[in-house]
Amino acid sequence: MTEILGNWLAFLPAEAVEAVASLVAILALAIVVILCVAYATWLERKVIGFMQLRQGPNRVGFRGLLQPFADVLKLLVKEIVIPGRANRWLFLTAPVLALVPALAAWAVVPVFPGFAIADLDAGLLYLLSMTSLGIYGIILAGWASNSKYALLGAMRSAAQMVAYEIAMGFALVGVLMAAGSLNLGEIVARQSGGVTQWFIFPLAPLFLVYFISGVAETNRAPFDVAEGESEIVAGFHVEYGGATFAMFFLAEYANMILIAALTAVLFLGGWDSPFHGLVDPGWPVVGILAAPSLFWLAAKTFLFLFVFLWLRATFPRYRYDQIMRLGWKVFIPVTLVWISVEAVFFTLQIGPFA
Amino acid sequence: MAEFQSYTMNFGPQHPAAHGVLRLVLEMDGEVVVRADPHVGLLHRATEKLAESKPYNQSIGYMDRLDYVSMMANEHGYVAAIEKLLGIQPPVRARYIRVMFDEITRILNHLLWLGCHGLDVGAMTIFLYCFRERENLMDCYEAVSGTRMHATYYRPGGVYRDLPDSMPTHLARAERKGDRDAAMDEGRDGSLLDFIEHFTQRFPARVDEYETLLTDNRIWKQRTVGIAVVPPERAINLGFTGPMLRGSGVEWDLRKKQPYAAYANMDFDIPVGVNGDCYDRYLVRMEELRQSNRIIRQCVDWLRANPGPVMLDDYKLAPPRRAEMKEKMESLIHHFKLFTEGYCVPEGEAYAAVEHPKGEFGVYLVSDGANKPFRVKIRAPGFAHLAAMDEMVRGHMLADVVATIGTMDIVFGEIDR
Repeated sequence: MTEILGNWLAFLPAEAVEAVASLVAILALAIVVILCVAYATWLERKVIGFMQLRQGPNRVGFRGLLQPFADVLKLLVKEIVIPGRANRWLFLTAPVLALVPALAAWAVVPVFPGFAIADLDAGLLYLLSMTSLGIYGIILAGWASNSKYALLGAMRSAAQMVAYEIAMGFALVGVLMAAGSLNLGEIVARQSGGVTQWFIFPLAPLFLVYFISGVAETNRAPFDVAEGESEIVAGFHVEYGGATFAMFFLAEYANMILIAALTAVLFLGGWDSPFHGLVDPGWPVVGILAAPSLFWLAAKTFLFLFVFLWLRATFPRYRYDQIMRLGWKVFIPVTLVWISVEAVFFTLQIGPFA
Repeated sequence: MAEFQSYTMNFGPQHPAAHGVLRLVLEMDGEVVVRADPHVGLLHRATEKLAESKPYNQSIGYMDRLDYVSMMANEHGYVAAIEKLLGIQPPVRARYIRVMFDEITRILNHLLWLGCHGLDVGAMTIFLYCFRERENLMDCYEAVSGTRMHATYYRPGGVYRDLPDSMPTHLARAERKGDRDAAMDEGRDGSLLDFIEHFTQRFPARVDEYETLLTDNRIWKQRTVGIAVVPPERAINLGFTGPMLRGSGVEWDLRKKQPYAAYANMDFDIPVGVNGDCYDRYLVRMEELRQSNRIIRQCVDWLRANPGPVMLDDYKLAPPRRAEMKEKMESLIHHFKLFTEGYCVPEGEAYAAVEHPKGEFGVYLVSDGANKPFRVKIRAPGFAHLAAMDEMVRGHMLADVVATIGTMDIVFGEIDR
């Protein structure tokens, strides 16, 4: 893309061309992600609707396909009410702080072979920092609202985040050891070669811990204590309405898609095809399917996204202290044990990492 | 650092888990409840006072609106009290119909409780599953009385009319495909009794379906086992009745201990809990769903085989038939008198109680010989349960308060009256 732009913008210095190229790429990815987020809300309502013997949205547009836009429009034209005793500035900053990291994290995700907006060598670290930044939005929202329900939500969220961030970090250490790199593109490349090469098999416990921690990090059912509707009404965003609420809403879904995509990248070989190396690329249709492409990343992401929705339709909500127990007493030991097992494999040069 | 002190939190009256208008003032230490103070009265409609101001029959509709999820069971308590004062017995067919609809009502109530309890604890899907079956039972209400909720079907001396011979079907609608119409009208081609029988045949499988979602679910168990434990002695002392009492292991059921209507002829079991926690109460109610289904089936068989009158043939209590009214002066006068003045009840007092889905629902009537009751007192089971709120949730966490509200099966219509 840089070459094409370079021809058009030949009158500009090379650095400027590169900057413009990055901006275009960022814009393109951001728009796609935001559209995906919009349709994730539609998908959730449809999928859960069918699981619950309902129709889901089916009035706005064909099969309710325009529903996300109707929702956005409705939320945008609503009044933003700021509670009287709230900290005005923080109250308005919080939703931005929740949404921005969820989108910024996409910068290092390898979307299709050879493309990521920023091909960072410390990609995994960047991801960890970005996903943990989102929590500040929630804590600030809970604190700035000056409401007991919101504060409870924020406290729960903060405690939960600390517990699961650690488990998640350890799970990533396992991936890092297996791939030998922090660069996400490298991690995907290391898994190329069909299903058998994916980390999900040698790192199965870490995969489970990572995905469940991801569900907890995004405050989704059954870990949605931070907004636990029947307990603390809406938790941290109880005082938010209109556009500010929309930001939290978007952030939640953006995080969901992000976690789903990351699970696909880290454990399921990202854009790599499951048939890679198993099928002759010369064959019609199957050959195309066997090639690594954006399609496979999207398909895997969708799969995990579906699991998110499925969990929500199936499980009751954990209690706050039970979540803590699961995080500290189950997940962290599991990851520690598996990392040790992995280390033993490495030093003795046996098993899948030889 | 300043010492962290307990703070008060206002839970409700507008809260998704307040089951209407419960207001709880919670004293909290972090997430832990130090003291819970339930406030009542936000749905007070002076039902008792209203009932004292009009003829007996005209208050039956108020009883539906007490516990608005178990309508006919409330009617039964009130009507039974009037019958006791009048010294009359409804025809046997009417008694069977009452038993059948009492049990249909129990299923209606327990389905709503299950859905809402699930929702309180965070399981969404169960709610909609329960409402699928509730819809069918609501249709039974509608077929028999004309309304889906506030039936006013039980009358002193029997029931308003006999069971209909046909079951209404859905109107064909353009948005629905033909096969869906057929699915919605499944079992509706015969009489109401056929439809109810059809329902009792598929219902046990539905209960199994609910149980797959919750009974062995680890999260569900973590959230309900050991929560809000009430030992049997305390349950009795607190005035618990119904599943709340049976969940604690006390085998007490008015249907067995003081049989009324036609319960003496019914074959059913009383499920009893062991630990007295939310989970045991859940299991007790789930088993009650199955037992109610069993009773309904027995009623259906009996009602099929034994046609007969469903109302006493006494025009002082029951309106004369329409056709008769057009031809006979006497009947016209009876009709006019019954619907304006009502009937006078001999002086005295009576207490009649039924095993309501939530517990013992009793009506205490005092008559001074006039056409209106001198005093009506309603014993609502939920009131005693709510009074135990503080004891049940003290030391538990906020999320358990919600589970406890769910397990009490609170409906404010009857608590505030």
